[in-house]
Formats: sequence, C-alpha cells, structure tokens
Amino acid sequence: MELSERLRNVAVVGAAGKMGSGISLLLAEQIAFAALEDKAGTYVLSLIDISDEGLLGLLRYLRAQALKTAEKQINRLRRLYADRADLVENGEMVAEFVHEVMLHVRTGKTLDLAKDAHLVFEAAFEKDELKIDIFRKLADVCGQSTFFLTNTSAIPINFLAKESGLEGRILGYHFYNPPAVQKLVELITPTQCSPRLSALAAELATRLGKTIVPAHDIAGFIGNGHFMRDGLHGIGEVERLSGDVGFVQAVWAVDRVSRDWLLRPMGIFQLIDYVGIDVFQLILSVMRRHIPAPELHSDLIDLYLELGVKGGQTSSGAQKDGFFRYEKGKPVAVYDPDRRQYVACEPEGWCAQVEAMLGAHPDTTMSWKALGRDRDKDAKLRAYFSRVKQSDTLGCDLARRYAAASRAAAERLVAMGVATRPEDVNSVLTLGFFHLYGPINDYL
Amino acid sequence: MKALRKPVYLAAGANTVSMGTGRKEFDPRKTRPGLEHYINEAVRAVLAQVSNADLVDEGVIANFMAARFNRQGNLASLLAAAHPALRYKPMVRVEGACGTGGLGLVTAIKTVLAELADVVLVVGVEVQNTVKAVYGADILAGAGHYASQRKGGHAYFFPAKFSDRAGAYFTRYGGERTRKAMAAWYANAIGNARLNPLAQEYHNTTPDLVKVGMSKPNPESFTEHLNLFDCSKVSDGAAALLVCSEEGLAKLGLGRDAAVQVAGYGQVVDDLVQAPPDLTTLTTSRKAVEGALGQAGIDVSEVGVFEVHDCFTITGILAVEALGLAQPGEGPDLVSAGGIGRGGAYPTNTSGGLIGYGHPTGASGVRMAVDLWKQLVGRAEGFQIPVAKPYGLLISMGGDDRTVVSMALRR
Repeated sequence: MELSERLRNVAVVGAAGKMGSGISLLLAEQIAFAALEDKAGTYVLSLIDISDEGLLGLLRYLRAQALKTAEKQINRLRRLYADRADLVENGEMVAEFVHEVMLHVRTGKTLDLAKDAHLVFEAAFEKDELKIDIFRKLADVCGQSTFFLTNTSAIPINFLAKESGLEGRILGYHFYNPPAVQKLVELITPTQCSPRLSALAAELATRLGKTIVPAHDIAGFIGNGHFMRDGLHGIGEVERLSGDVGFVQAVWAVDRVSRDWLLRPMGIFQLIDYVGIDVFQLILSVMRRHIPAPELHSDLIDLYLELGVKGGQTSSGAQKDGFFRYEKGKPVAVYDPDRRQYVACEPEGWCAQVEAMLGAHPDTTMSWKALGRDRDKDAKLRAYFSRVKQSDTLGCDLARRYAAASRAAAERLVAMGVATRPEDVNSVLTLGFFHLYGPINDYL
Repeated sequence: MKALRKPVYLAAGANTVSMGTGRKEFDPRKTRPGLEHYINEAVRAVLAQVSNADLVDEGVIANFMAARFNRQGNLASLLAAAHPALRYKPMVRVEGACGTGGLGLVTAIKTVLAELADVVLVVGVEVQNTVKAVYGADILAGAGHYASQRKGGHAYFFPAKFSDRAGAYFTRYGGERTRKAMAAWYANAIGNARLNPLAQEYHNTTPDLVKVGMSKPNPESFTEHLNLFDCSKVSDGAAALLVCSEEGLAKLGLGRDAAVQVAGYGQVVDDLVQAPPDLTTLTTSRKAVEGALGQAGIDVSEVGVFEVHDCFTITGILAVEALGLAQPGEGPDLVSAGGIGRGGAYPTNTSGGLIGYGHPTGASGVRMAVDLWKQLVGRAEGFQIPVAKPYGLLISMGGDDRTVVSMALRR
C-alpha cells in the first residue's frame, strides 16, 4: 500500500497532548490537501485521546492553525480551487479549506476508532507500560497490514515492538516540539522492520517538509541522549556554584550563560521547564532502565517534583512555573527549594550581582535572534567564540565549560553508536533544538 | 478643453497619520479607531484653520470601500457627525477606487464653478486594517472588473496586475536596470517618509534601503516580479481641505498666500472591462496629465513638485513617463539618477508617497493635494523643499490606470 493510500485512513493516539496535537495538525492538513487533489477518495483522520476536554481543545487548535495555513498558502489554494465556480474570494477559499481540514477528522476516547486505520501514530506519555498497553490493544484492534509510527523520545523501539507483538510493523518517528514548526524527525529503525515501512516513513517526511536524522535504537536516542546530559551539566554547575553565590543566583547565572553566552534560543533551565521537569525526570528514569547509566539522575529534579514544581505547558501553550516563574514568557523569579517559594529577580539587587559576577557579555550584538538569518553566521560565530576563549570572566569560563560538556555528550553518542556520524548529532541540535551551531565544532 | 471659468482655490489642508504596519504605535491585536476617528480628526484640523466653520457650504466625502472594510454605508451623513456646522447641508460621497480622492477634489471644484457654493469641504478617508492583507486583497480587487477578473485573478489581485506590468516592462526595456530603479524608488520614498511625522514609514530605520528594495520576489508566497517593499502600505487615514471661490477665501479670512489655485485638471476614465492597451504605459494617466497641463496652459517643465500614485514602485516609474519627465523606457534612468529626489530636477512624493506615507486608498488623492498645498505655501515643515517653480502637479489613479485625475496647482 502506497503512502497516498495509507493516508486515506490514519489514526493518532494521544492526539490531544503537546506532541500529539502538532502531529494531528500536520496530518490533518496533509489529508486536506490530498483530498483536494484526489476528489474521488475518502479520507479519515481519527484522533484519539482520553478526555473530552482535551479533544475539544484539539479541535479548536486544528481550526485556528488551519486558518493560518490557509492564509499563508492562499496562492496554492487559488490553484486548487480553480474549478470551484462558487469560490471566488480569498476569504471564501480560506473558509473552505478550514472546513475541509475539519471534515475528515473524527475524535474519540477509545482505541476502536483506529480499527480501519492503515497508519497509526502514537504520541502517548513516555512510559513503558502505557505505550506497551496501547500497542497491545492496537495490535488486536487494527488489521495485520497496519503500520505504526511511535513518537517515542527515549524508550527503545525494539523493546516496544517485542512487548506489543508488533515486530516489523513499528518504527520510531520522533518529532520535535512543536511538531508543526520544528523540521526534524529522528528516525529509529528497530532490528525488524518492513522495508515498505521504512520507505513510507521517508516519503512521509518529505511530504511534511521534515528532515530525517537516523538514530540507533539506544534509549534516549540522539535528542534526549544529548539533552539529558546537557541538562545535568547545568544542574551540576548550579550545585558547584551555589555554595559560594547562593542557589537562586547560580540558577539565574547558568541559565543566562547557556542562553546568552552560548547563543541558544533558551537557557537550559527554561528549556527544562518548557519540556516539563516531570518529563525530564521521566526520560532520565527510562534511560536508566534501558542502558547502564546510573549518572543519569538528579536529586534536585526529584526534589522539585516532590515539592510539586513541575514546569510544562498549559493546554493553551502558556508556560507553567518550574525552575522559573514566567511573565510574558520570560523568567522573572527562581524557585528556591529551601524556602519553598519563588525569589523574584531584583534588577538592582541580586540579579545585578549575578551580572557583575558573570562579567560583561563578550559581544552584546551577538544573540540567537540576531544571528538566526545571518548569512555570515559561521564567520561571526567563529569570531565571537574566539573572544569567549580569550576572556577570563566567570561568564566566559562557564560558557567554555558548558560548550565542552555539550561537545563531550555529543561525542559520547557517536562513540556509543547512538549516532552514526557527528553531523547527525549536530543536525538534531540545529533542527530539533533550534541551535545556531552543532555541539561538535571547532569554535572553541 | 475649456479653461476654468473662474478662480478656484485649495486651502486649509490637513492629513492624519497614516496608521498601519511600520508605525510604532500600531498593534494589529488591539482594537483600533474606526472611520469616524480619522474623518473627525482631519475635518476638525481643517475647520480649526478658518474663522467660522459655519461658512462651509457643502461637503464631499471620498471613500473607496467602507461598505466592505468597515461595513458602513451612508458616508455623506457620517461626514456631518464630524462637526455641528456640517448638519443640514448638502454632502455627497464619491468613489473611484484608488482615484477616489481625485474625484472628490473634482466634484468640489465643479460645485464652486457652478456657483452653488463658495466653500466646499473635501474629505478622503479609508480604514483598511480591519482585515488582514489576504482578505483586503479581495476588497481592493473591486477596483478591477470583479465579475470577469476576480475568479481567475491572483490571490493578491492588484500586486499581480502591476507585477505583470513590471514583467512586460522588464521584457521591453531591460529587467536589471528597471529592478534597480524600483529599489531606488523605494529608497527615495522611505527617505522622504522619515522627514514626515505623519508617514507610516516615519519610524523606519533600515540602514540599507536599496538592498532591501532589491529583495528577490517570491512568486509562491506573493508575486512574480514585485517584492513586498515594492508595494504601498495597508493604511488607515484621512485627508481634508477646503475648495473655495475667491469670495469663499475672503469670507474664511484666508489670504491668497495661504491658498493654491487650481490651474487646471484632467479627469478621464477608460473601460474597466477591457485590458489596458499597453502594459508598459499608463495610457489613461497620460491623457489626464495632458488635460491638466492643457487646461492650465503650461508645460510640465514649469512644475516644481510632483505627487504621483506610486501604489507600486513600477507604477512610480510608469508615472514619471506618463508625466513626460522621461521618454518611454527611460523612466528607470531618471529615477536611478536621483531625478525625482528632493534635490533632483523633478522632486516627487516629497512626503513619502503611497509607499512611504501610506495609502489609505480613498484618501490618497486628497492627501496628495494637501501635501502639494503644504509645499507650495511653505508649510511642509520637515519635508519642505525649496520649490523652484510655481506649479505642483498630482496624479490620482484608480484601478489599473482606469479612473484618473491629474491636477495642476499654482501658488
């Protein structure tokens, strides 16, 4: 069965979650365009999740995003609707496209809805038992020819395949958050895999405009394999500094350096909050269970969760409080587990002391935002990091240590065989994490 | 063509800010002021310049598409809401697409010539940011022949029409030099807008304007030959002035030096249903200019300052050719050499034009007349140039060179 045929009946399990809703959007739009080009076909997208509230939120999200897509792709829509005499204006075509996207969507709370699906995406919470349970049920419900793509970010796919009895029909297909925006799909091919499934996965990525980076089936793969170690380095730095400078100051300093000195889109603790402290802990525990890596653990993460500080996002996409409290998406206070409260940044007080302690930024014209579309990015990064290398401020020292740890984590993934080539790790960090440069570089 | 039977003057002009993207205070997510805000601001600024607002005999409101942008009709009556002195007087709304403002001026001039009034208020207004550009394109497409052209037309209907003109011009006269001239036009427009606090691009700080103007067009997201910088703005704004007889000026307490005289105008249309006869020429605009210069009895060389309808950079280049400032195919050379710049032989769009000031469609023709009045009477402040010759000339154009007014003003 070709991809086009399989797209006629697709299901997403865990559709209302952050990753599931993005994957659902990509598929819903893909199916709407397919249905417009192939007017004879019947297309169904079954979106399955556990709560009505979540599914309603998902439908609202799909409508709102489909509207934006239609407005952006109006030239394409005018071509597709050229033979519809009743649709004359852009506005009419935009409304019709939104209608088309929603037309093929079914929602429900039971896996039976996936019965006729030719292709099933799974994006449930990253828990072994949960995913295995879902796949065992799907194995019963779905036909023998159904293929399964699992948006798993840490659990080995061979393990899931074996436990659920889906060997040969399941593939790791790891989108990055948010799936509708990030260009990366990490592809994990287990030992047994139908060549037709592999070909289909590659073709689908092309259709969705995604770049595939292959990773080997070792827990955490490339993305989390790097992110967990990168996060733990940040926590280690906080623990190293906090004796001298205080905990909240150390968190603020390490976050600021990992963002503004390393020119990343977010500081490391903001990123952990974005992903969710609970998810961070969960991924660490999954990785420990499947590979011998006792060092993938953090007392601080456990403590935060014990105190109910979880991060993550609300269903509307707003950032919840975690390491930081946020106002308009920006960190404004740090959670102090000793005092069990947030300590607000005092621009004239302790925040200023942190700035003084870090020393001047090596070049304030350099930022992630400023360099994003710069054609001379590589040369500018090289010049920038040579200043970082020569400076003896604490900020530059922390940046050098951070870059070295990030590089070591990346090289370890290549040494462990998780990534075939250094370039693959770099691609995951640039495409999936929006970094300006890969961790394996000669800047420092 | 007949000469005007008696002197007619323009005075007491006022423009509002052209609001939209580019202005620091513009936030598309927030509720914004509507039609009345702009009408009221422009009208009150005009009436504040005269001794007695009750002396206004009649009013003309020039608006293109409020019925769709703002779901508002009956604008003649809305005009009376701007000032108590306007109630129970004759008011009329005129429409001629983006040439609406020009028609508003002409309507008022005719009323004065007919000796039905000594003082006629002319207001142009458009509030377009009520919808996103993708939907605004549908509304503006009403300036073409909707029934026969909208369905087969481009998503961005008018940008594509003028992209086709640019393509034809490139083929006939050379793409590279024309593209450079289009970028030069953009740079001149923004440079002028930076001198005009009312301009939508007043806050523009882009360092290399020519480089931006040279951006490669993206046919998938927009049009084949035009980039977004080649286009005029989506704008909210109004412009107003008084059209007066000699007696009217005297009654208002305005001296001759506070007014400009209408030396002549040309107003012509071409068939909306037909395609333009030659994509590389603004045939109708040329006829309107000939009418204006002929009625004024002057040559274009006597004009010291110009306002042209640069809805797109290519239209600006075609307009200088329609004015006779350059031979067909030589407009790009004149523009690239700075001929239309503030210090050039033919200073054009000194307050920013449609690309720099903005293009509240129905208001633009009136806005041009106000800015020419400001230049000729020495009230242009930040964008004032020393106008070396006695005349100013405008082209107010509707649709794809379909409904056009050209007007010569004398200080």
